[in-house]
Amino acid sequence: MKQAELLIIGGGPAGLCAAISAASSGANVLVAERNKNLGGQLVKQTHMFFGSEKQYASTRGIDITGILLNELSKYKENVEIMTDTTIVGMFEDGVVTALHKEDNYFKIKPDAVVVATGAFEKALAFPNNDLPGIYGAGAVQTLMNVYGVKPGNKVLMVGAGNIGLIVSYQLMQAGVEVSAILDAAPRIGGYLVHASKIRRMGVPILTSHTVKEAIGKEFLEKAIVCQVDDKFNQIEGTEIEFDVDVMCISVGLTPLNELLSMRGCQMKYVPQLSGIVPLRNENYETTIENVFAAGDTTGVEEASAAMVEGYLAGLCAAAKIGHMTDDFEERKNDYVKQLESLRSGPVGKHILSGIEQIVIKGEQYV
Amino acid sequence: MFEKTGIPSEEMIREKFPPIERINKGPVAVVECYKEIPCNPCETACRFSAITIGEDINNIPVLNEDNCTGCAICLSKCPGLAIMVVDGSKSDTTVQVKLPYEFLPLPASGETVKGLDREGKIIADVKVIQVQNPKSFDRTPVVTIEADRSIMYKIRNIRMEAK
Repeated sequence: MKQAELLIIGGGPAGLCAAISAASSGANVLVAERNKNLGGQLVKQTHMFFGSEKQYASTRGIDITGILLNELSKYKENVEIMTDTTIVGMFEDGVVTALHKEDNYFKIKPDAVVVATGAFEKALAFPNNDLPGIYGAGAVQTLMNVYGVKPGNKVLMVGAGNIGLIVSYQLMQAGVEVSAILDAAPRIGGYLVHASKIRRMGVPILTSHTVKEAIGKEFLEKAIVCQVDDKFNQIEGTEIEFDVDVMCISVGLTPLNELLSMRGCQMKYVPQLSGIVPLRNENYETTIENVFAAGDTTGVEEASAAMVEGYLAGLCAAAKIGHMTDDFEERKNDYVKQLESLRSGPVGKHILSGIEQIVIKGEQYV
Repeated sequence: MFEKTGIPSEEMIREKFPPIERINKGPVAVVECYKEIPCNPCETACRFSAITIGEDINNIPVLNEDNCTGCAICLSKCPGLAIMVVDGSKSDTTVQVKLPYEFLPLPASGETVKGLDREGKIIADVKVIQVQNPKSFDRTPVVTIEADRSIMYKIRNIRMEAK
Protein backbone atom coordinates (compact mmCIF):
# COMPACT_ATOMS: atom_id res chain seq x y z
CA MET A 1 0.00 0.00 0.00
CA LYS A 2 1.38 3.35 -1.06
CA GLN A 3 1.12 6.08 1.58
CA ALA A 4 0.36 9.63 0.53
CA GLU A 5 -0.63 12.71 2.42
CA LEU A 6 -2.69 14.40 -0.28
CA LEU A 7 -3.67 12.55 -3.43
CA ILE A 8 -4.73 14.67 -6.39
CA ILE A 9 -6.62 12.78 -9.04
CA GLY A 10 -6.14 14.39 -12.42
CA GLY A 11 -3.26 16.46 -13.77
CA GLY A 12 -5.29 18.96 -15.79
CA PRO A 13 -5.62 22.68 -14.99
CA ALA A 14 -7.56 22.13 -11.73
CA GLY A 15 -5.36 19.25 -10.52
CA LEU A 16 -2.07 21.01 -11.28
CA CYS A 17 -3.20 24.17 -9.51
CA ALA A 18 -4.41 22.13 -6.52
CA ALA A 19 -0.99 20.46 -6.43
CA ILE A 20 0.84 23.81 -6.55
CA SER A 21 -1.15 25.38 -3.76
CA ALA A 22 -1.10 22.28 -1.53
CA ALA A 23 2.64 21.77 -2.06
CA SER A 24 3.37 25.41 -1.37
CA SER A 25 1.47 25.01 1.91
CA GLY A 26 3.87 22.22 2.84
CA ALA A 27 1.74 19.15 2.13
CA ASN A 28 3.22 16.04 0.57
CA VAL A 29 1.38 15.70 -2.71
CA LEU A 30 0.89 12.77 -5.05
CA VAL A 31 -0.61 13.61 -8.46
CA ALA A 32 -2.13 10.72 -10.43
CA GLU A 33 -2.76 11.38 -14.13
CA ARG A 34 -4.14 8.74 -16.48
CA ASN A 35 -2.50 10.17 -19.59
CA LYS A 36 1.18 10.04 -20.43
CA ASN A 37 1.45 13.81 -20.13
CA LEU A 38 0.22 16.37 -17.65
CA GLY A 39 -1.91 19.35 -18.63
CA GLY A 40 -5.26 17.73 -19.43
CA GLN A 41 -7.07 19.61 -22.16
CA LEU A 42 -4.61 22.51 -22.03
CA VAL A 43 -2.18 20.61 -24.26
CA LYS A 44 -4.42 21.11 -27.30
CA GLN A 45 -5.66 24.62 -26.61
CA THR A 46 -3.68 26.76 -29.02
CA HIS A 47 -5.93 29.79 -28.46
CA MET A 48 -5.44 32.61 -25.97
CA PHE A 49 -7.36 32.37 -22.70
CA PHE A 50 -9.91 34.84 -21.40
CA GLY A 51 -10.00 36.00 -17.78
CA SER A 52 -7.51 38.28 -16.09
CA GLU A 53 -3.77 38.19 -15.53
CA LYS A 54 -4.02 35.91 -12.49
CA GLN A 55 -5.64 33.20 -14.62
CA TYR A 56 -3.02 33.65 -17.37
CA ALA A 57 -5.40 35.56 -19.66
CA SER A 58 -4.11 36.20 -23.16
CA THR A 59 -1.68 33.28 -22.76
CA ARG A 60 -2.27 30.28 -25.00
CA GLY A 61 -3.50 27.12 -23.25
CA ILE A 62 -0.57 25.11 -24.62
CA ASP A 63 1.79 27.50 -22.83
CA ILE A 64 -0.11 27.49 -19.53
CA THR A 65 0.83 23.83 -18.88
CA GLY A 66 4.49 24.86 -18.99
CA ILE A 67 3.90 27.76 -16.61
CA LEU A 68 2.08 25.49 -14.12
CA LEU A 69 4.68 22.70 -14.35
CA ASN A 70 7.44 25.21 -13.84
CA GLU A 71 5.69 26.47 -10.73
CA LEU A 72 5.17 22.91 -9.49
CA SER A 73 8.84 22.06 -10.03
CA LYS A 74 9.70 24.44 -7.19
CA TYR A 75 8.31 21.86 -4.79
CA LYS A 76 10.20 18.79 -6.02
CA GLU A 77 10.80 17.58 -2.48
CA ASN A 78 7.16 17.19 -1.58
CA VAL A 79 5.53 16.45 -4.94
CA GLU A 80 5.39 13.09 -6.66
CA ILE A 81 3.82 12.81 -10.09
CA MET A 82 2.58 9.52 -11.52
CA THR A 83 1.51 9.70 -15.14
CA ASP A 84 -0.04 6.75 -17.00
CA THR A 85 -1.88 6.07 -13.74
CA THR A 86 -5.65 5.72 -13.68
CA ILE A 87 -7.51 5.85 -10.40
CA VAL A 88 -10.08 3.08 -10.72
CA GLY A 89 -11.74 3.09 -7.31
CA MET A 90 -12.27 4.99 -4.07
CA PHE A 91 -13.53 2.99 -1.12
CA GLU A 92 -15.26 3.53 2.23
CA ASP A 93 -12.13 2.80 4.23
CA GLY A 94 -10.30 5.57 2.39
CA VAL A 95 -8.31 3.22 0.20
CA VAL A 96 -7.89 4.31 -3.40
CA THR A 97 -7.01 1.80 -6.10
CA ALA A 98 -4.85 2.71 -9.06
CA LEU A 99 -3.76 1.15 -12.31
CA HIS A 100 -0.34 2.07 -13.62
CA LYS A 101 0.13 1.34 -17.33
CA GLU A 102 -1.54 -1.89 -18.48
CA ASP A 103 -1.29 -4.27 -15.56
CA ASN A 104 0.20 -2.78 -12.43
CA TYR A 105 -2.61 -2.45 -9.90
CA PHE A 106 -1.81 -0.94 -6.50
CA LYS A 107 -3.45 0.70 -3.50
CA ILE A 108 -2.97 4.17 -2.07
CA LYS A 109 -3.98 5.31 1.43
CA PRO A 110 -4.09 9.12 1.36
CA ASP A 111 -5.05 11.38 4.26
CA ALA A 112 -7.06 13.54 1.87
CA VAL A 113 -8.00 13.54 -1.81
CA VAL A 114 -8.72 16.26 -4.35
CA VAL A 115 -10.76 14.85 -7.22
CA ALA A 116 -10.05 16.88 -10.34
CA THR A 117 -11.12 14.48 -13.05
CA GLY A 118 -12.65 17.07 -15.36
CA ALA A 119 -15.48 16.38 -17.75
CA PHE A 120 -16.26 14.33 -20.84
CA GLU A 121 -18.03 15.10 -24.08
CA LYS A 122 -21.72 14.55 -24.59
CA ALA A 123 -22.83 12.59 -27.64
CA LEU A 124 -25.58 13.39 -30.14
CA ALA A 125 -28.04 10.78 -31.39
CA PHE A 126 -28.86 10.73 -35.11
CA PRO A 127 -28.97 8.00 -37.77
CA ASN A 128 -25.50 6.70 -38.72
CA ASN A 129 -23.70 8.70 -36.05
CA ASP A 130 -21.18 5.86 -35.82
CA LEU A 131 -19.75 6.40 -39.31
CA PRO A 132 -15.99 7.01 -39.45
CA GLY A 133 -15.45 10.72 -39.92
CA ILE A 134 -17.81 11.68 -37.12
CA TYR A 135 -15.69 12.83 -34.21
CA GLY A 136 -16.04 14.55 -30.89
CA ALA A 137 -14.50 18.04 -30.89
CA GLY A 138 -11.88 16.90 -28.38
CA ALA A 139 -10.65 14.18 -30.72
CA VAL A 140 -10.41 16.63 -33.63
CA GLN A 141 -8.43 19.04 -31.48
CA THR A 142 -6.11 16.26 -30.28
CA LEU A 143 -5.47 14.99 -33.81
CA MET A 144 -4.74 18.49 -35.12
CA ASN A 145 -3.00 20.25 -32.31
CA VAL A 146 -1.25 17.42 -30.47
CA TYR A 147 -0.42 15.00 -33.30
CA GLY A 148 -0.42 17.36 -36.29
CA VAL A 149 -2.89 15.20 -38.23
CA LYS A 150 -5.66 16.71 -40.37
CA PRO A 151 -8.94 15.01 -39.42
CA GLY A 152 -10.34 15.44 -42.95
CA ASN A 153 -10.91 18.01 -45.64
CA LYS A 154 -14.39 19.44 -45.14
CA VAL A 155 -16.01 19.75 -41.77
CA LEU A 156 -19.50 20.37 -40.48
CA MET A 157 -19.26 21.64 -36.89
CA VAL A 158 -22.18 20.67 -34.68
CA GLY A 159 -22.42 23.04 -31.72
CA ALA A 160 -21.80 26.79 -31.47
CA GLY A 161 -20.55 26.87 -27.89
CA ASN A 162 -17.03 28.08 -27.18
CA ILE A 163 -15.48 24.70 -28.02
CA GLY A 164 -17.31 24.42 -31.34
CA LEU A 165 -16.35 27.97 -32.32
CA ILE A 166 -12.72 27.64 -31.22
CA VAL A 167 -12.19 24.25 -32.85
CA SER A 168 -13.72 25.59 -36.09
CA TYR A 169 -11.20 28.41 -36.08
CA GLN A 170 -8.34 26.03 -35.37
CA LEU A 171 -9.49 23.72 -38.19
CA MET A 172 -9.28 26.68 -40.57
CA GLN A 173 -5.82 27.53 -39.22
CA ALA A 174 -4.85 23.95 -40.08
CA GLY A 175 -6.07 24.46 -43.64
CA VAL A 176 -9.31 22.49 -43.28
CA GLU A 177 -12.50 23.88 -44.79
CA VAL A 178 -15.40 24.41 -42.37
CA SER A 179 -18.68 24.32 -44.30
CA ALA A 180 -20.91 25.58 -41.49
CA ILE A 181 -21.44 25.60 -37.75
CA LEU A 182 -24.86 24.61 -36.52
CA ASP A 183 -26.57 24.66 -33.18
CA ALA A 184 -30.05 23.56 -32.13
CA ALA A 185 -30.32 26.52 -29.75
CA PRO A 186 -31.85 29.73 -31.14
CA ARG A 187 -28.73 31.70 -30.14
CA ILE A 188 -24.98 31.21 -30.32
CA GLY A 189 -23.90 29.73 -27.00
CA GLY A 190 -20.21 30.68 -27.06
CA TYR A 191 -18.58 34.07 -26.71
CA LEU A 192 -19.66 36.31 -29.57
CA VAL A 193 -16.11 37.50 -30.21
CA HIS A 194 -15.29 33.89 -31.17
CA ALA A 195 -18.41 33.71 -33.36
CA SER A 196 -17.54 36.96 -35.16
CA LYS A 197 -14.01 35.68 -35.74
CA ILE A 198 -15.32 32.62 -37.59
CA ARG A 199 -18.11 34.48 -39.35
CA ARG A 200 -15.70 36.97 -40.95
CA MET A 201 -13.81 34.00 -42.38
CA GLY A 202 -17.02 33.33 -44.32
CA VAL A 203 -18.34 30.41 -42.25
CA PRO A 204 -22.13 30.52 -41.75
CA ILE A 205 -23.50 29.87 -38.27
CA LEU A 206 -26.89 28.19 -38.43
CA THR A 207 -28.78 28.50 -35.16
CA SER A 208 -32.01 26.49 -34.65
CA HIS A 209 -30.56 23.71 -36.82
CA THR A 210 -29.72 20.09 -36.04
CA VAL A 211 -28.34 17.00 -37.75
CA LYS A 212 -31.07 14.91 -39.34
CA GLU A 213 -28.82 12.12 -40.50
CA ALA A 214 -25.37 11.16 -41.67
CA ILE A 215 -24.93 9.44 -45.02
CA GLY A 216 -22.04 7.29 -46.18
CA LYS A 217 -21.01 3.72 -46.90
CA GLU A 218 -17.55 3.21 -45.47
CA PHE A 219 -17.18 6.68 -44.04
CA LEU A 220 -19.07 9.97 -43.81
CA GLU A 221 -19.91 11.41 -47.24
CA LYS A 222 -22.84 13.71 -46.55
CA ALA A 223 -24.64 15.32 -43.66
CA ILE A 224 -28.33 16.20 -43.80
CA VAL A 225 -29.22 19.11 -41.59
CA CYS A 226 -32.62 20.62 -40.86
CA GLN A 227 -34.24 23.43 -38.90
CA VAL A 228 -35.84 22.87 -35.51
CA ASP A 229 -38.77 24.70 -33.97
CA ASP A 230 -38.74 26.30 -30.52
CA LYS A 231 -39.39 22.86 -28.96
CA PHE A 232 -36.43 21.38 -30.85
CA ASN A 233 -38.68 19.33 -33.16
CA GLN A 234 -37.27 18.88 -36.65
CA ILE A 235 -39.15 20.86 -39.30
CA GLU A 236 -39.82 18.86 -42.44
CA GLY A 237 -38.90 20.40 -45.76
CA THR A 238 -36.05 22.49 -44.34
CA GLU A 239 -33.30 19.97 -45.09
CA ILE A 240 -29.90 21.17 -46.27
CA GLU A 241 -27.25 18.79 -47.60
CA PHE A 242 -23.56 19.24 -46.84
CA ASP A 243 -20.85 17.33 -48.70
CA VAL A 244 -18.46 16.79 -45.82
CA ASP A 245 -16.07 14.05 -44.77
CA VAL A 246 -15.95 15.14 -41.14
CA MET A 247 -18.67 15.97 -38.67
CA CYS A 248 -17.38 17.38 -35.44
CA ILE A 249 -19.73 16.97 -32.49
CA SER A 250 -19.38 19.70 -29.90
CA VAL A 251 -22.60 19.66 -27.93
CA GLY A 252 -21.17 20.24 -24.49
CA LEU A 253 -19.42 18.47 -21.66
CA THR A 254 -20.66 16.75 -18.54
CA PRO A 255 -18.76 16.26 -15.25
CA LEU A 256 -16.71 13.07 -14.87
CA ASN A 257 -18.05 12.10 -11.47
CA GLU A 258 -17.81 8.32 -11.09
CA LEU A 259 -15.14 8.31 -8.39
CA LEU A 260 -17.07 10.75 -6.22
CA SER A 261 -20.27 8.72 -6.61
CA MET A 262 -18.44 5.52 -5.82
CA ARG A 263 -16.95 7.00 -2.69
CA GLY A 264 -20.46 7.86 -1.51
CA CYS A 265 -20.37 11.64 -1.82
CA GLN A 266 -23.84 13.16 -2.01
CA MET A 267 -24.46 14.05 -5.62
CA LYS A 268 -27.05 16.21 -7.33
CA TYR A 269 -28.16 16.79 -10.90
CA VAL A 270 -27.74 20.50 -11.62
CA PRO A 271 -28.46 21.51 -15.24
CA GLN A 272 -26.59 24.83 -14.91
CA LEU A 273 -23.45 22.87 -14.03
CA SER A 274 -24.05 20.44 -16.93
CA GLY A 275 -24.64 17.25 -15.00
CA ILE A 276 -24.36 15.33 -11.74
CA VAL A 277 -22.03 17.10 -9.31
CA PRO A 278 -21.03 16.65 -5.65
CA LEU A 279 -22.50 18.73 -2.86
CA ARG A 280 -19.67 20.62 -1.19
CA ASN A 281 -18.87 23.29 1.35
CA GLU A 282 -17.21 26.61 0.57
CA ASN A 283 -13.78 24.97 0.83
CA TYR A 284 -14.62 22.52 -1.96
CA GLU A 285 -14.85 19.61 0.50
CA THR A 286 -17.59 17.12 -0.39
CA THR A 287 -19.98 15.47 2.06
CA ILE A 288 -17.28 12.86 2.74
CA GLU A 289 -14.67 14.30 5.07
CA ASN A 290 -11.27 14.92 3.47
CA VAL A 291 -12.59 14.27 -0.03
CA PHE A 292 -12.34 17.51 -2.00
CA ALA A 293 -13.27 18.22 -5.61
CA ALA A 294 -12.35 21.01 -8.04
CA GLY A 295 -12.65 21.98 -11.68
CA ASP A 296 -15.12 20.68 -14.24
CA THR A 297 -16.00 17.66 -12.09
CA THR A 298 -17.82 20.12 -9.80
CA GLY A 299 -19.56 21.83 -12.74
CA VAL A 300 -18.52 22.58 -16.32
CA GLU A 301 -16.95 26.03 -16.76
CA GLU A 302 -13.99 27.66 -18.48
CA ALA A 303 -10.48 26.43 -17.60
CA SER A 304 -9.73 29.76 -15.95
CA ALA A 305 -12.31 29.00 -13.24
CA ALA A 306 -11.07 25.41 -12.98
CA MET A 307 -7.57 26.66 -12.20
CA VAL A 308 -8.72 29.00 -9.44
CA GLU A 309 -10.94 26.25 -7.97
CA GLY A 310 -7.91 23.98 -8.00
CA TYR A 311 -5.78 26.51 -6.12
CA LEU A 312 -8.56 26.97 -3.58
CA ALA A 313 -9.28 23.26 -3.05
CA GLY A 314 -5.55 22.45 -2.76
CA LEU A 315 -5.06 25.18 -0.20
CA CYS A 316 -8.05 24.06 1.89
CA ALA A 317 -7.23 20.35 1.63
CA ALA A 318 -3.67 21.00 2.81
CA ALA A 319 -4.95 23.12 5.70
CA LYS A 320 -7.41 20.39 6.70
CA ILE A 321 -4.63 17.82 7.10
CA GLY A 322 -2.36 20.03 9.16
CA HIS A 323 -0.71 22.40 6.73
CA MET A 324 -2.39 25.63 7.62
CA THR A 325 -0.23 28.49 6.41
CA ASP A 326 0.04 31.93 8.00
CA ASP A 327 -1.36 33.55 4.88
CA PHE A 328 -4.21 31.04 4.52
CA GLU A 329 -7.01 33.58 4.90
CA GLU A 330 -5.34 36.04 2.56
CA ARG A 331 -4.81 33.44 -0.16
CA LYS A 332 -8.26 31.98 0.25
CA ASN A 333 -9.88 35.40 -0.04
CA ASP A 334 -7.87 36.13 -3.15
CA TYR A 335 -9.08 32.91 -4.84
CA VAL A 336 -12.67 33.54 -3.76
CA LYS A 337 -12.47 37.06 -5.19
CA GLN A 338 -11.02 35.79 -8.46
CA LEU A 339 -13.88 33.31 -8.82
CA GLU A 340 -16.44 36.00 -8.02
CA SER A 341 -14.91 38.20 -10.65
CA LEU A 342 -14.90 35.44 -13.31
CA ARG A 343 -18.54 34.68 -12.49
CA SER A 344 -19.97 38.16 -12.19
CA GLY A 345 -21.08 38.50 -15.82
CA PRO A 346 -24.11 37.09 -17.65
CA VAL A 347 -22.52 33.65 -18.21
CA GLY A 348 -21.34 33.57 -14.61
CA LYS A 349 -24.82 34.30 -13.29
CA HIS A 350 -26.05 31.07 -14.84
CA ILE A 351 -23.17 29.13 -13.24
CA LEU A 352 -23.78 30.81 -9.88
CA SER A 353 -27.43 29.80 -9.90
CA GLY A 354 -26.16 26.21 -10.20
CA ILE A 355 -23.50 26.56 -7.53
CA GLU A 356 -26.13 27.87 -5.08
CA GLN A 357 -27.79 24.48 -5.29
CA ILE A 358 -24.74 22.50 -4.20
CA VAL A 359 -22.90 24.59 -1.63
CA ILE A 360 -23.61 23.66 1.97
CA LYS A 361 -22.90 26.75 4.02
CA GLY A 362 -21.69 27.00 7.59
CA GLU A 363 -19.88 23.68 7.67
CA GLN A 364 -16.40 25.05 7.76
CA TYR A 365 -13.51 24.07 9.94
CA VAL A 366 -11.67 27.37 9.83
CA MET B 1 -29.60 39.05 -35.03
CA PHE B 2 -26.02 39.41 -33.79
CA GLU B 3 -26.57 36.62 -31.28
CA LYS B 4 -27.81 34.32 -34.05
CA THR B 5 -25.24 35.10 -36.73
CA GLY B 6 -22.15 36.60 -35.10
CA ILE B 7 -22.43 39.56 -37.51
CA PRO B 8 -22.73 42.95 -35.77
CA SER B 9 -25.06 45.52 -37.37
CA GLU B 10 -23.63 48.64 -39.01
CA GLU B 11 -25.04 50.68 -36.15
CA MET B 12 -23.19 48.56 -33.59
CA ILE B 13 -19.97 48.90 -35.58
CA ARG B 14 -20.19 52.67 -35.98
CA GLU B 15 -20.76 53.07 -32.27
CA LYS B 16 -17.38 51.44 -31.61
CA PHE B 17 -15.52 53.66 -34.08
CA PRO B 18 -13.86 56.81 -32.77
CA PRO B 19 -15.08 60.02 -34.50
CA ILE B 20 -13.69 60.61 -37.99
CA GLU B 21 -11.76 63.67 -36.77
CA ARG B 22 -9.80 61.41 -34.41
CA ILE B 23 -9.22 58.79 -37.10
CA ASN B 24 -7.87 61.49 -39.43
CA LYS B 25 -5.37 62.57 -36.79
CA GLY B 26 -3.60 59.21 -36.66
CA PRO B 27 -3.87 55.52 -35.74
CA VAL B 28 -6.49 54.60 -33.15
CA ALA B 29 -7.99 51.35 -31.87
CA VAL B 30 -11.52 50.14 -32.58
CA VAL B 31 -12.54 47.77 -29.79
CA GLU B 32 -15.32 45.55 -31.09
CA CYS B 33 -16.25 43.88 -27.84
CA TYR B 34 -20.05 43.86 -27.75
CA LYS B 35 -20.90 41.37 -25.04
CA GLU B 36 -19.90 41.15 -21.40
CA ILE B 37 -17.44 38.33 -20.81
CA PRO B 38 -14.90 37.89 -17.99
CA CYS B 39 -11.82 39.21 -19.75
CA ASN B 40 -9.45 42.17 -19.40
CA PRO B 41 -6.07 41.62 -21.12
CA CYS B 42 -6.65 44.67 -23.38
CA GLU B 43 -6.70 46.89 -20.32
CA THR B 44 -3.66 45.16 -18.80
CA ALA B 45 -1.68 45.28 -22.05
CA CYS B 46 -2.18 48.98 -22.80
CA ARG B 47 0.77 51.08 -21.65
CA PHE B 48 -1.10 54.32 -22.25
CA SER B 49 -4.20 53.62 -20.12
CA ALA B 50 -6.30 53.99 -23.24
CA ILE B 51 -8.60 51.03 -22.49
CA THR B 52 -10.60 50.81 -19.28
CA ILE B 53 -12.55 47.81 -18.04
CA GLY B 54 -12.37 48.44 -14.33
CA GLU B 55 -12.87 46.37 -11.20
CA ASP B 56 -15.48 44.06 -12.73
CA ILE B 57 -13.65 42.23 -15.52
CA ASN B 58 -17.01 41.52 -17.19
CA ASN B 59 -17.42 45.17 -18.11
CA ILE B 60 -17.22 46.13 -21.75
CA PRO B 61 -13.92 47.88 -22.54
CA VAL B 62 -14.09 51.65 -22.98
CA LEU B 63 -11.55 53.35 -25.23
CA ASN B 64 -10.02 56.70 -24.40
CA GLU B 65 -9.14 57.72 -27.95
CA ASP B 66 -6.97 60.63 -26.85
CA ASN B 67 -4.64 58.30 -24.95
CA CYS B 68 -4.54 55.67 -27.70
CA THR B 69 -1.44 55.74 -29.90
CA GLY B 70 -2.57 52.95 -32.23
CA CYS B 71 0.44 50.85 -31.22
CA ALA B 72 -1.56 47.62 -31.81
CA ILE B 73 -0.26 45.69 -28.80
CA CYS B 74 -3.90 45.14 -27.73
CA LEU B 75 -4.68 43.57 -31.12
CA SER B 76 -2.32 40.73 -30.35
CA LYS B 77 -3.40 40.40 -26.71
CA CYS B 78 -7.19 40.26 -27.18
CA PRO B 79 -8.17 36.56 -26.95
CA GLY B 80 -11.24 37.34 -29.05
CA LEU B 81 -9.23 39.13 -31.78
CA ALA B 82 -11.88 41.84 -31.45
CA ILE B 83 -9.64 44.89 -31.86
CA MET B 84 -8.35 46.62 -34.99
CA VAL B 85 -6.59 49.93 -35.59
CA VAL B 86 -7.63 52.54 -38.18
CA ASP B 87 -5.51 55.43 -39.39
CA GLY B 88 -6.90 58.15 -41.65
CA SER B 89 -3.93 60.50 -41.39
CA LYS B 90 -2.00 59.18 -44.38
CA SER B 91 -4.39 60.04 -47.22
CA ASP B 92 -7.71 61.72 -48.02
CA THR B 93 -8.97 58.83 -50.08
CA THR B 94 -7.78 55.78 -48.15
CA VAL B 95 -7.33 54.54 -44.59
CA GLN B 96 -4.76 52.18 -43.19
CA VAL B 97 -6.21 49.33 -41.16
CA LYS B 98 -4.30 47.00 -38.84
CA LEU B 99 -5.87 43.56 -38.41
CA PRO B 100 -4.82 40.52 -36.35
CA TYR B 101 -4.20 37.62 -38.74
CA GLU B 102 -3.32 34.17 -37.34
CA PHE B 103 -3.03 32.23 -40.59
CA LEU B 104 -0.25 30.90 -42.77
CA PRO B 105 1.14 31.88 -45.16
CA LEU B 106 1.44 35.48 -44.02
CA PRO B 107 1.13 38.04 -46.80
CA ALA B 108 4.18 40.11 -47.74
CA SER B 109 4.18 43.90 -47.73
CA GLY B 110 3.29 45.26 -51.15
CA GLU B 111 1.16 42.24 -51.94
CA THR B 112 -2.49 42.59 -52.98
CA VAL B 113 -4.96 40.47 -50.99
CA LYS B 114 -8.74 40.18 -50.80
CA GLY B 115 -10.45 42.41 -48.27
CA LEU B 116 -13.41 40.81 -46.48
CA ASP B 117 -16.30 42.22 -44.50
CA ARG B 118 -17.71 40.85 -41.23
CA GLU B 119 -19.63 38.14 -43.11
CA GLY B 120 -16.49 36.99 -44.86
CA LYS B 121 -17.62 38.41 -48.22
CA ILE B 122 -14.93 39.77 -50.53
CA ILE B 123 -15.51 43.51 -50.88
CA ALA B 124 -12.27 44.81 -52.40
CA ASP B 125 -8.69 44.19 -53.36
CA VAL B 126 -6.45 45.76 -50.74
CA LYS B 127 -2.73 46.40 -50.56
CA VAL B 128 -0.64 45.09 -47.69
CA ILE B 129 1.50 47.87 -46.20
CA GLN B 130 3.20 46.08 -43.34
CA VAL B 131 3.26 42.72 -41.52
CA GLN B 132 4.29 42.79 -37.85
CA ASN B 133 5.07 39.53 -36.08
CA PRO B 134 7.41 40.27 -33.17
CA LYS B 135 7.85 37.88 -30.27
CA SER B 136 5.83 40.19 -28.03
CA PHE B 137 2.77 39.59 -30.23
CA ASP B 138 2.99 35.88 -29.27
CA ARG B 139 2.01 34.33 -32.62
CA THR B 140 -0.77 36.79 -33.39
CA PRO B 141 0.67 38.69 -36.36
CA VAL B 142 -0.77 42.08 -37.26
CA VAL B 143 -1.24 42.99 -40.92
CA THR B 144 -1.60 46.61 -42.02
CA ILE B 145 -3.61 47.14 -45.21
CA GLU B 146 -4.60 50.18 -47.18
CA ALA B 147 -8.29 50.37 -48.09
CA ASP B 148 -10.57 52.86 -49.75
CA ARG B 149 -12.35 55.14 -47.26
CA SER B 150 -15.72 53.99 -48.57
CA ILE B 151 -15.19 50.58 -46.95
CA MET B 152 -13.69 51.78 -43.67
CA TYR B 153 -16.66 50.57 -41.61
CA LYS B 154 -16.94 47.33 -43.58
CA ILE B 155 -13.48 45.83 -43.93
CA ARG B 156 -12.52 43.46 -41.10
CA ASN B 157 -10.51 40.56 -42.55
CA ILE B 158 -8.25 39.54 -45.39
CA ARG B 159 -7.82 36.43 -47.45
CA MET B 160 -4.84 35.26 -49.44
CA GLU B 161 -5.60 33.95 -52.91
CA ALA B 162 -4.56 30.35 -53.40
CA LYS B 163 -1.32 30.28 -55.35
